[in-house]
Amino acid sequence: MRRRHFLTLSAATLGGVIVYSLDRKASLLASEQKPIRIPLRFFTETEALIVAAAASRIFPSDDSGPGAREAGVAVYIDRQLAGSYGRDHFRYTQPPFEDAPPELGYQAKETPRQIYREGLKGLKDFHLLPPAERDTALQQIESSAFFALLRQNTIEGMFCDPLHGGNAGMVGWQLVGFPGPRMSNYDDVEKHYGQAFRPRPASLSQVTGKKIRPSEDEP
Amino acid sequence: MKTLPAVDAVIIGGGWAGLLMAKELGSRTALSIVVLERGVPRNPADYADAMDELDYAIRMRMMQDLSQETVTLRHNASERALPLRQHGSFQPGAGVGGSGEHWNALCPRFLPDCFELLSKTTEKYGAKALPEDHSIRDWGVTYDELEPYYTRVDKLLGVSGKAGNLKGKQIEGGNIFEGPRSEEYPTPPTKVPYFAALFRDAAKSLGYHPFPAPSATLSQSYTNPDGISRGGCTYCGFCGRFGCMVGAKAQPTTLLLPIIQKRKNVVLRTGAWVRRILSDFGSKSRGVTYIDASGEEVFQPASLVFLSSWTFNNTRLLLLSGIGEPYSPATGRGTVGSNLTHQVSTNAATAFFEQPLNRFMGSGSAAMFIGDLDGDAFDRGNLPFLRGGTLGARGYGFQPIANFGVVPHSVKAKWGSEWKKAAVDYYDRTGVIGFTGEHLAYKSNFMDLDPTYKDKLGDPLLRLTLDWHENERKMSEFATAKAVEIARVMNAKEINPFSGLRSYDSTRYQTTHVQGGTIMGNSPALSVVNSYLQHWQLSNLFILGGSTFPQNPSMNPTPTILALTLRTADAIVGRYLKNPSPLA
Repeated sequence: MRRRHFLTLSAATLGGVIVYSLDRKASLLASEQKPIRIPLRFFTETEALIVAAAASRIFPSDDSGPGAREAGVAVYIDRQLAGSYGRDHFRYTQPPFEDAPPELGYQAKETPRQIYREGLKGLKDFHLLPPAERDTALQQIESSAFFALLRQNTIEGMFCDPLHGGNAGMVGWQLVGFPGPRMSNYDDVEKHYGQAFRPRPASLSQVTGKKIRPSEDEP
Repeated sequence: MKTLPAVDAVIIGGGWAGLLMAKELGSRTALSIVVLERGVPRNPADYADAMDELDYAIRMRMMQDLSQETVTLRHNASERALPLRQHGSFQPGAGVGGSGEHWNALCPRFLPDCFELLSKTTEKYGAKALPEDHSIRDWGVTYDELEPYYTRVDKLLGVSGKAGNLKGKQIEGGNIFEGPRSEEYPTPPTKVPYFAALFRDAAKSLGYHPFPAPSATLSQSYTNPDGISRGGCTYCGFCGRFGCMVGAKAQPTTLLLPIIQKRKNVVLRTGAWVRRILSDFGSKSRGVTYIDASGEEVFQPASLVFLSSWTFNNTRLLLLSGIGEPYSPATGRGTVGSNLTHQVSTNAATAFFEQPLNRFMGSGSAAMFIGDLDGDAFDRGNLPFLRGGTLGARGYGFQPIANFGVVPHSVKAKWGSEWKKAAVDYYDRTGVIGFTGEHLAYKSNFMDLDPTYKDKLGDPLLRLTLDWHENERKMSEFATAKAVEIARVMNAKEINPFSGLRSYDSTRYQTTHVQGGTIMGNSPALSVVNSYLQHWQLSNLFILGGSTFPQNPSMNPTPTILALTLRTADAIVGRYLKNPSPLA
């Protein structure tokens, strides 16, 4: 039985509503101040802190708006790795495994869980480094399968429906002006030519009024 | 092995082709029919709960489960093939309705000369103009013969569009290069998202003839000849890789399944994995063996067998069952597995704009295209390739996981603040002019059984031997240059041109239009089925779907698959049932 691990996040940085100043600098309004303890499904606490720190360098929180920290990307990745994706339930995993040119796609045996567990060993104490050294450490692994996966999963965690544990408060959607699963754009699709049209985002649960079970929660 | 009670007809695969045949035979005859679908049941009422980009568009929940079966790929016969371990350049569907549930519902017809490509091209340019390694064939059916069936398909699906050629009269605003249509589209064109409107205006100013994409996602409510009513599209943008949450998109589960379910003579069994088609004495099929939903292998005897399980499994089941002679490129003998093609499809020009495009609004088939560079519509002068394709601006609803991070080549960073800022700025300011082009058939592109890799039951996987040839590379280069010209007139501030076709790349999504393997034609020496899709040797075996296409025209294949299926259904009801024998 695995010892229970938690990731402690500051509610002040998780989710929120983005407001833009006149020069298009984004800042976040968040109300909660209490820290939130989120039970981890796959990572140890240290691993989760490293993933959170690395995702924040890939998709930083800065002048152009919130990033991986506010979206809760580490929580998203933890859940994905615990579910069918992390275990490669839907990938063809029969041997023999051979080296191949990139046009044949990922050919190795390792599952996303194994790639993370192995890759994280190369980022020991990453979360304790000063920011500039963090970027140097990531540059050193930039061409690895682990980094490619981390970068892809970070984007997923920024923009997935919040039911997957990322995109907290729909900060990712607010950032790019995506409204989520909006049931009808019939009256708008030929209006607004050339002008930004930014309906307020709503998540799938909000739109359907139902609790939707994400694939990572399936047995 | 348990033998089930015999039925009149067994249909392998419950997608567009299989369910259309079940509907036609089930409602026009008293035949007892069993449809075997290896995937799950589907209920269109559940699709609203599925508007989740991650699970559906990224993890591809509606696609085949590759842990059970995939295909292997190599670029030429001297290489060792390796399995495609995850989805990439094509996305075959699984479950009732198959790929017809998650398609984008573009509904064009093929150009008339596509059906007689060998004779028309030879007539016009001489045999020497054909690529040395080609295996281009005529289909054995002409556009004129197929036109009434195309019209029935348009009505069945309620296709929205504007005719460009009505009974030979060209009409501006439609695709003036299309074959003559006997009737206008059943419903008017869809609305036009902003990016498609920009493309339309620029293309027009350059002298092209833009037209609205024929769309099986309805522009307005419509009731088809079977009495099935659907509402119009809401432009929510969840089309390709999703089922339609409002029922506006034509899908097998909305158009065909409700009729089949009312017929007592038709039974649909899901979770049924067909392993072999059995045959006697080389002239008749006896039925099929399959693993049922409980895991037991059973024999289903039938007097008629329809193979409609998509391109790969149609070919693979013939090979596994030892039906017909496998094609060998070394000897040129055999037919099963020949003429593998995959429609050329590229992001010809990725254009970056000053202004926002609001591209979350749209539909998979709300688009503007030009047909001026398709087929043989244009004067090719000294151009170093045959045939062509369409350029178009699709207004499908863009979603952020798949589309975030596309930035102009001038931005070098791939992560970090600089990259993020550019990616956020350009997220809604990026549009793609896409090219889809004809893929000719070559002797060296084919399918056979893989000697190494197996499916979950231990049967060999299908092996693809596939690569691009100079014709596609040069066609794509030409299309890219034309797309960049149009993007400039659209006032794009930066343009990323397509980097070019090199070797076939299984990781870059193109289309799910992979064709060939069991091709139709005029001669048993060169084709697997006759023009009625009837097997040349086993006259009670019919093969439906894109596997019967000798080569791959530039347009989307579904209407042609359905038209050919209707033609076969008519021939069976009108002729075959009275006298079960070869129809051609």
